[in-house]
Amino acid sequence: MSTREEMLGRIRAAVAAGAPLAGGCVPLEGDGPDLAVDGVPRRYRRTGDQPPGSPAVLDVLVDRLEDYRATVHRCAAADVARAVRTALGDARSVVVPPGLPDGTVDTAAPDAPEVVVDGRPEPLSAVALDRIDAVVTAARVACAVTGTIVLDGEPDQGRRVITLIPDRHVVVLRAEQVVQTWPETVALLEPTRPLTMISGPSATSDIELSRVEGVHGPRNLQVVIVDPA
Amino acid sequence: MTTFLGVPTRRLAGPDDEDPLRGSRPFPAAAADAVRDPVLRRNLRRATTTIRAKREHVVSEVADWEDLRDTGSAVKADVMARLPELLEQLESAVTARGGVVHWAADAAEANAIVTDLIRRTGADEVIKVKSMATQEIGLNEHLAEQGIAAIETDLAELIVQLAGDKPSHILVPAIHRGRAEIRQIFLERMADVPPALTDEPRVLAMAAREHLRRKFLSAKVAVSGANFAIAETGTLAVVESEGNGRMCLTLPETLITVMGIEKLLPSFGDLEVFLQLLPRSSTGERMNPYTSLWTGVTPGDGPQEFHLVLLDNGRTNALADSLGRTALHCIRCSACLNVCPVYERAGGHAYGSVYPGPIGAVLTPQLTGLTGGHDVNATLPYASTLCGACFDACPVKIDIPSMLVELRGRAVDAGRGGVPDGWAAAMKAASWVMSGERRWSVAETASRAGRLVAGRRGRISRLPFPLSRWTRSRDLPAPPAETFRQWWARTRGDDDAGPDAGNPPIAGTPAPRPAADGGDRP
Repeated sequence: MSTREEMLGRIRAAVAAGAPLAGGCVPLEGDGPDLAVDGVPRRYRRTGDQPPGSPAVLDVLVDRLEDYRATVHRCAAADVARAVRTALGDARSVVVPPGLPDGTVDTAAPDAPEVVVDGRPEPLSAVALDRIDAVVTAARVACAVTGTIVLDGEPDQGRRVITLIPDRHVVVLRAEQVVQTWPETVALLEPTRPLTMISGPSATSDIELSRVEGVHGPRNLQVVIVDPA
Repeated sequence: MTTFLGVPTRRLAGPDDEDPLRGSRPFPAAAADAVRDPVLRRNLRRATTTIRAKREHVVSEVADWEDLRDTGSAVKADVMARLPELLEQLESAVTARGGVVHWAADAAEANAIVTDLIRRTGADEVIKVKSMATQEIGLNEHLAEQGIAAIETDLAELIVQLAGDKPSHILVPAIHRGRAEIRQIFLERMADVPPALTDEPRVLAMAAREHLRRKFLSAKVAVSGANFAIAETGTLAVVESEGNGRMCLTLPETLITVMGIEKLLPSFGDLEVFLQLLPRSSTGERMNPYTSLWTGVTPGDGPQEFHLVLLDNGRTNALADSLGRTALHCIRCSACLNVCPVYERAGGHAYGSVYPGPIGAVLTPQLTGLTGGHDVNATLPYASTLCGACFDACPVKIDIPSMLVELRGRAVDAGRGGVPDGWAAAMKAASWVMSGERRWSVAETASRAGRLVAGRRGRISRLPFPLSRWTRSRDLPAPPAETFRQWWARTRGDDDAGPDAGNPPIAGTPAPRPAADGGDRP
């Protein structure tokens, strides 16, 4: 018998021997709509009381991001390139995913950084990315309450590696992509895509639990929020 | 309580290996040394105080926190009840997306599988994301014996690894080290350390960044654990802060994930609960900086070879126990460690297991099973004051205090028969005294003699043998001048049938307290 069969057999026997549950298990109360078919109570909030992209929701997101020491830029749709330019700071080289909307990064200005498109023609190696100062991407969704931005590898966000190695990450968020609560965020995700959830720049609290921003991931997170036109 | 007959024996990687789940000394002996170490006491107090305050702050923001805990607990109970079908569902989802699933009954099997997978890539070095499962099986030590270097990339794990030390906390493995000690470790053990290293946490973290950067960019193989695995979709999740996890999960060609079988969640939507519970309970943040989720292999993005090793290693022992299986609900947040008065003073090493603190005290003896009365893990359920803080802090509502009491009861039952020790003899004598009214009355009166040896604080600190075994580590309050029965007779003297007869004190009216001496409990 293979280990697999042996283990599954033992697990089946253990599940039977250990049932029914005692101690530490939640007593199920009532049978209202909060009880799903599997007997799991779901009384927590699953939707926000503010619509996505509303001013209140955006204010919470900005507060959370700044608390994480990210830098937030707000701009109108016509001014995205200018805001991204500011967010790029003194970066001299920038990588972008192949599907980033045209005009996000201004390449015409005399002092514009050099822009490399990942995958044109070849995907960049990690070593090549290590020589690039910044990356500009879009995002899938952002959650206000937790200050979290989710990337899902669509063409406007690119491969995971490009947002990992350059030291500065500029994320361009459209206001309507910002939802209030975490359950609303999870509901918008496609599980089988490679997902990266980002809440502020890389950080550690491993030394006496004092937080230090910037360890291995990008040390500098810049978020450009594009207000509706 | 049921007896589970399919108990597997846990095999270690080799006969001489230290068991990551069993220390060499009983908890009281190891803890006694720890509490005498002032540096350790200060480091632990500072760290646990900081993280407790952060956790309380971010938990108090969440209006539906208790509802989330209820759901978290119920989802985990559901997972345990349906574990076989969910594991098979996970296996087929991972396989369908290009991953390979391996089954490992114990540490030795898991270590052999991982070693073989690494060998086949030709690599002699792997980078690692912090993982409790691989610590539990002693993977790094096993790989070292096989000539494969495993490099820990989490800052705290790196500190522990460089120091040749052991982790002492689930989340912050170097919690027992202060910044000055960490600077010293880096200066002595890190090959490319900058000479001007100070003990500023920022400077130390930057030194680690430089040290590991080259490793990340050149690594061929990474080994990780998993915080969650979604049965429905085959998705795995790693929750982290530094970005070392993203590096390991993204850059190498081959990724090997070792995961305990209990880490499952039925559906992707369950993350809407667990990714709220975990970060706030764990680091005291609204959300941790980075969470990575991947499903099998994504062409053109990340590792193109993915192996998932499903580990039992004693988990079915706990699963077969109706009370004990709730210990498998644990999501390794470590909130119970941070609120535990015993952990705060004794530190993680005293528990002798990679799982310390309250959850470790219930999980460890169940994973290992107990080999007899002299098994050091039999002392773990006593590493608690039963104050209940761990239960309140647990995001999935594991009733750790009740489990501790149950495990203590079993330890006592296991010791019945044979020659009684001093403790058993004392309990037997107490039982005889307390079961006879006259005997008890005499004993009560006699106990008042204790007032003579009590100091002015009303405490008895030293008694002759065998009672010295009690007073060696705790004070005894002096007996009150008047016993309860005397007080009862004096205040309700006309009722000679005693407190059980006639009208009991009226409900809702607090009965006057007997003349107590008001001292603290020992």
